[in-house]
Amino acid sequence: MRQALARLMLPLLMAASFGMMLLFKADLLLAEQARTSLGDVLAPIYSVIAPPLMRVRAGVGEVVDLWNMQDELVRLREENATLRRWQAVAMALDAENAALKANLHWVPDAAPSFVTARVIDDAGGLYARAVLLAIGPTVSGGKGAGAPGAGGSVSKGQIALDAQGLVGRVSEVGARSARVLLITDLNSRFPVVLERTGVHALLVGTNTSRPRLMYWPEGSPPVEGERVVTSAEANAFPAGLPVGVVHYNASHMPEVQPFARLDRLEIVRVFDYGLRGLLAPEAPADKAGDRPAMGRR
Amino acid sequence: MDDRTPGIRPRQSLWRRLDLAARHGFPALSTIVLLLVATAPLGLPGQAQLQQALTLCAVYFWSLFRPVAMSAPVVFVIGTLADLLGLEPVGVSVFVLLAAHGMALRWRRPLVRQQDGERQGLLAMWAAFVPVALFAAAATWALTSLILFTLLPPAPVLFQFVFSVALDSAYSGLFTYAHRGVANPESA
Repeated sequence: MRQALARLMLPLLMAASFGMMLLFKADLLLAEQARTSLGDVLAPIYSVIAPPLMRVRAGVGEVVDLWNMQDELVRLREENATLRRWQAVAMALDAENAALKANLHWVPDAAPSFVTARVIDDAGGLYARAVLLAIGPTVSGGKGAGAPGAGGSVSKGQIALDAQGLVGRVSEVGARSARVLLITDLNSRFPVVLERTGVHALLVGTNTSRPRLMYWPEGSPPVEGERVVTSAEANAFPAGLPVGVVHYNASHMPEVQPFARLDRLEIVRVFDYGLRGLLAPEAPADKAGDRPAMGRR
Repeated sequence: MDDRTPGIRPRQSLWRRLDLAARHGFPALSTIVLLLVATAPLGLPGQAQLQQALTLCAVYFWSLFRPVAMSAPVVFVIGTLADLLGLEPVGVSVFVLLAAHGMALRWRRPLVRQQDGERQGLLAMWAAFVPVALFAAAATWALTSLILFTLLPPAPVLFQFVFSVALDSAYSGLFTYAHRGVANPESA
């Protein structure tokens, strides 16, 4: 009897796994809740194991840095020279901009509130790109000082940036953790502007390190090396957040090399721009069905 | 524990019970801990593949050597955890790991007998892992494609296949000591 039960266990559980696939495919909210509560449970554990792991990672990074020091120094000197030139240009432009704004009675943009959170988990997979953030008061050191008056609350659809550029959008929020869908994920698509030509396009994640540009107007293809910034179209992003630079791949498809170091995120800032234009990104399972309608020409 | 078989056995003190429980729990717990560490933001290249490969190797190894400790329900729990930690469709890893468990159980007898005898048993075990990893990669790709209703590129799973085959030799080499030492209920 007992042996028969043990023999039946494996086929039964395999059937159950198929049931799970169907269940979680049918009820997306259930998958989201399950992930969020698991993230909440694991957030304190990750916060404990993260510092030693970070130290190991930093140690490895230091060795690599030492190895590359000479090249790095040459590169930095060149970059510094370029930056000095641009600094002069920027200061002149800034002064001019201030003068023009003063003449136009310009209404300044409201400064957005933000919270800073530590990345505690690479929550993607073979076919997904996402990270888990530690938020909330229970995690010591997980939340940095926000802007004055920042509520400290993270909600769905808010925008995550690292020091260099756009990282992604918040897709799930729990009590202690929040999941950020990266711009490289297969389900990430949002409107962007190519800075030099002013052309609008859609940036579509492909699960590779570089998302692809699509749907630009005919006759004005993206230019190699052009800066790509977010567009205020569809009211999902504020205009002008740095995303990356255009790069044509081997098969002549325009891609964007993100500014953000998406493969080694440590700390991200989550901004609340008060934008509710677009549905928040969802977990991958909803791919087939309702894709949020994006702003297109 | 049971009095049906006669013989001399140590008294069931609290420490001995704890020891036994730890030895029984070692396969599942070590797998879960490795899974958690592998999902931490280490910034390693191919970390998603590492995570998948690691659970597959662990489930295969312990299903061969400690099928009692790595039973089907334990595999189910580990698979669910792996699926929920990532963003992939829930249930795919569960199915793949259960299938690997089933294959390991089927091939258990010839493989383990050889393993106890000689060193080349380890090689045979590794060779038997290749079809398991191939099936796991193919099933992951097919099921994920089916659920997302998109033809996904096969490159990530191919990489995962190569990776898990490479990792398995290291894993079994390392955990063979564990299975003879700290995880062995007979040496409690």
